[in-house]
Amino acid sequence: MNKSRVALWTASIFIGLWLVAPTLIVIPMSFNEQRSLAFPPKGFSLRWFENFFNDPQWFGGLLNSIQIALLTAVLATVLGTLAAYGLSKVRGFKETFGRNLLVLPMIVPAVIFGVGLYGLFLRTGLVGTLPGFLLAHTVLAVPYVVVTVGSTLAAYDVALERAAWVCGANKLRAFVGVTVPMLMPGILSGAFFAFITSFDEVVVSMFISSPYLQTLPVKMFAGMQREVDPTIAAAATLIMITTTGAAIGGILSQHLKRKRT
Amino acid sequence: MSNQQSRSSVLAWPALILVGVGFIVPVVTILVMSVTEPEPGTQNFEWLATNSTAHDIIWRTIYTAVLATLITAVLAYPYAYLMATSSTLVRSILMVVVLLPFWTSMMVRAFAWIIILQNNGLLNAVLEAVGVAPMTILGTNAAVLIGMCQILMPFMVLPMVSVMLGIDSRLPLAARIMGAPKWKAFLQVYFPLSLPGVFAGSLIVFILSLGFYVTPALLGSPRQQLIPNALFTQVVELLAWGRGGALAVATLVMVGAVFVLLYFISKLLGVKMGRLEDAGL
Repeated sequence: MNKSRVALWTASIFIGLWLVAPTLIVIPMSFNEQRSLAFPPKGFSLRWFENFFNDPQWFGGLLNSIQIALLTAVLATVLGTLAAYGLSKVRGFKETFGRNLLVLPMIVPAVIFGVGLYGLFLRTGLVGTLPGFLLAHTVLAVPYVVVTVGSTLAAYDVALERAAWVCGANKLRAFVGVTVPMLMPGILSGAFFAFITSFDEVVVSMFISSPYLQTLPVKMFAGMQREVDPTIAAAATLIMITTTGAAIGGILSQHLKRKRT
Repeated sequence: MSNQQSRSSVLAWPALILVGVGFIVPVVTILVMSVTEPEPGTQNFEWLATNSTAHDIIWRTIYTAVLATLITAVLAYPYAYLMATSSTLVRSILMVVVLLPFWTSMMVRAFAWIIILQNNGLLNAVLEAVGVAPMTILGTNAAVLIGMCQILMPFMVLPMVSVMLGIDSRLPLAARIMGAPKWKAFLQVYFPLSLPGVFAGSLIVFILSLGFYVTPALLGSPRQQLIPNALFTQVVELLAWGRGGALAVATLVMVGAVFVLLYFISKLLGVKMGRLEDAGL
């Protein structure tokens, strides 16, 4: 290896560490014995995890988050897959318009969407309700499904679907029996990403939550601004395990897609 | 065929309607409020144009976004270059390193930075151990930038890599064969070819920087607000919906301006802009 290559590797290793390592610090903090977030943590205890699972605010927040994220993943995956398929059948202005409209929620800052939604929800009584959360989170998650399924579709041989038609399958049967199974890896990774998008979302959720319906990230955010509570570290560890697990699932299923095509 | 096309495209309608009603309507609502709340008129934009606190917030936001874009571009370039010029296995590993934090909660990461950067945190513990005076970082713009750039890195790395992978490796080689020294082959052949990736990454990073709420709220100081935090304060704490709307308009104008600016720069330099969707999303 020559000199410039060594420098490149050194720089990249430091950058990689900066990307991955800092977050891991929440794990030792969550086993802290003391009511403090000072580093280094002292002793070992599970009291903050106990506290997390015994406190209805924390544990309830986790259950709310899981429920909302699962429902969002289902809604966003169905709508996003249909949209990606529908858009693959049109060309020109219609396609561009549709795609750009569907990625807008990724570009417009969440705080603008959140505050607008808050204004509308105040008038319609949707603040702190499950339908309100599902609407907001599905809007934010659909783009990820459209993009992942869209990229799978781009590699998909449309002739297969035509073959099914020729063999006598009607449109619906060909779609369900041939197209959807072929797109499955993209659909699955879209579903994973939709789940994480919802499970992690905090900015919009903060606007539309109420003391009666709060998600885990909102509870954490409020906690961090107010007090020193190591339960936050326990919550952070749990969130990290959940989202990292889902992300690995998502990345693996995309890998699967590449192998198949 | 065209009949069948239009029938299949109906499948896109539910999502389009959802985004149209569920996204466009709330965004337009807050934008319109800038000229209707508390009473019809331009008073909110006059406030934005004349109030010195509002000026500071806008300039601080632009300054932070520019710095974040420059820092991530400088750090992402060598990383992306290594990815593009390594074996498939190494590239996959480096890719996972970039993608994993991409999907790790923004808030968990901000929390981790609090533990590291706070006065009795990891950083100062390390500094003390090596005999350097402790520093106050948490609550400064530096802390905000450290946290923001970490989150933004994937958005810069991915478009860079996708462009670099498309560069024909024989081109810099040809320059070498014709006698160019290594640095010249890189600077005059490889680097210009990689610019579309740099532009696509910078575009997305700059736009995303304008919208950061969580990181500045947790790592920065309430006295050094950025636009999204000021928007929240105006609407939720001060119930000044109109001023919040004006800040939203200002943000979207900046987003639009960056698009236009980058479009002209890329035209001028004759590079093709990557589509936004290719920017690693």
